[in-house]
Amino acid sequence: MKTRWFREPLPEVKDASLPGRLFVLEGPDGSGRTTQINQLVQWLEKRGFAVRTCGLGRSELVGEELEQATHGTILTPLTRSLFYATDFYDQLLHTILPALRAGFIVLTDRYIYTLIARDLVRKADPEWARNLYGRALVPDVVFHLRVSAQRLVQRNFEKNSTLDYWEAGMDLCLSDNMFDSFVKYQRLMNARFLELSKEHQFEVVDANRRVGLIQADLRAKLAAHLGIAP
Amino acid sequence: MDASSPETLRQPAGAPDYPGRLIAVEGLDGSGKSTQIRLVKSWLEQEGYRVFFTEWNSSTLVKQATTKGKQRQLLTPTTFSLIHATDFADRYQRQILPLLRAGFIVLADRYVYTAYARDAVRGVDQPWVEKVYEFARKPDITFYFRVELEVSLRRILETRAVLKYHEAGMDMHWSADPVESFKMFQSKISMEYESMREKFGFVVIDAGRTIPEQQEEVRGIIRRTIDLRPFKHQQVPQA
Repeated sequence: MKTRWFREPLPEVKDASLPGRLFVLEGPDGSGRTTQINQLVQWLEKRGFAVRTCGLGRSELVGEELEQATHGTILTPLTRSLFYATDFYDQLLHTILPALRAGFIVLTDRYIYTLIARDLVRKADPEWARNLYGRALVPDVVFHLRVSAQRLVQRNFEKNSTLDYWEAGMDLCLSDNMFDSFVKYQRLMNARFLELSKEHQFEVVDANRRVGLIQADLRAKLAAHLGIAP
Repeated sequence: MDASSPETLRQPAGAPDYPGRLIAVEGLDGSGKSTQIRLVKSWLEQEGYRVFFTEWNSSTLVKQATTKGKQRQLLTPTTFSLIHATDFADRYQRQILPLLRAGFIVLADRYVYTAYARDAVRGVDQPWVEKVYEFARKPDITFYFRVELEVSLRRILETRAVLKYHEAGMDMHWSADPVESFKMFQSKISMEYESMREKFGFVVIDAGRTIPEQQEEVRGIIRRTIDLRPFKHQQVPQA
């Protein structure tokens, strides 16, 4: 891939030649990211590509602690944001960059865009948020799985029969009932994603459709980027 | 939502919006700053003032992760910087700022300048770190305990049987010898403090003198800079 950083390279990175490729799937909970990524991994491996996946909250350094903290009552928007930034850079340094250096295809289940959108919805100074992730690697392509707020509600209930506190934006006190809060929060996030989508040229994928159709769409797009037959 | 609401990420700029006062101490390991700030705490408490004391790297939120990161040597300059920023932000938003708003004198053993200095030495550029810490108010007084490098090294090396890996800057791989690495690391930190001194208005204390001499000077500066009367326990603070 062409090595590009949003602003400045990480101080840890000496050798910036990265033969691998970095693809990002963005989209809210219930947009089908994980299902799609699992199928893409199988398809790519069948074609002989080595694939590594990662996603928010999965770092060795703070993943477990972050998970615990999100179930507690002590996180503020600021500490949650910095905690996720720590988690992100640990994975960038210890998973994403080594894999790209070794020629892997890296598929990430969300990336800095979700983190920035969350901060912006919580009234962060945009410059502060962009600075925080200024040392991130620019992906080859960002696929944005777009789903209407109404459909998201259905999918979340099918999956868990309960709405997640954070995905419902309950910390923002948008409503005292979780259903309204979820819909309001997802609309706010969607609006931010639309702006980010323009700024960073996301490839938008209509994820209101069936799993197979979305997968076919993603494979066609990926194949074009990799120069292979779909 | 109000911009200064603690529920949001945005922080107000400009004049303090709280009645409290914030005093920070900075300096090399072994400069005696912790001894001095503890004496200030004891003095103010005995005089009947509302005081809160906080020290670097002490939040419970990330303690487990920091310990693990250090033990397994997972931390890199960037994640070292961010995990300490998370620690500081936790103490800042749950203790320092609420206590300043409640009209306390908050004493901080190390403040953001410790992060600026250590991160810069590890190659993380300062404008980035300063932006990360933008939410933190500037202290009313920042004492910088300036000490000869040899003196601070001797104090630390005499009292520590073993230097900790990160404390000695071993993660930078400058030297395989912990003592040698520690000396190089401290010398670079010292240069960073000197370069920040004017920009952030540090009040320099000559830490080569006796403990009571320094304490007398510190108390004098506090008395002259801060009107202590509103901080008596029976007073109600006014913004």
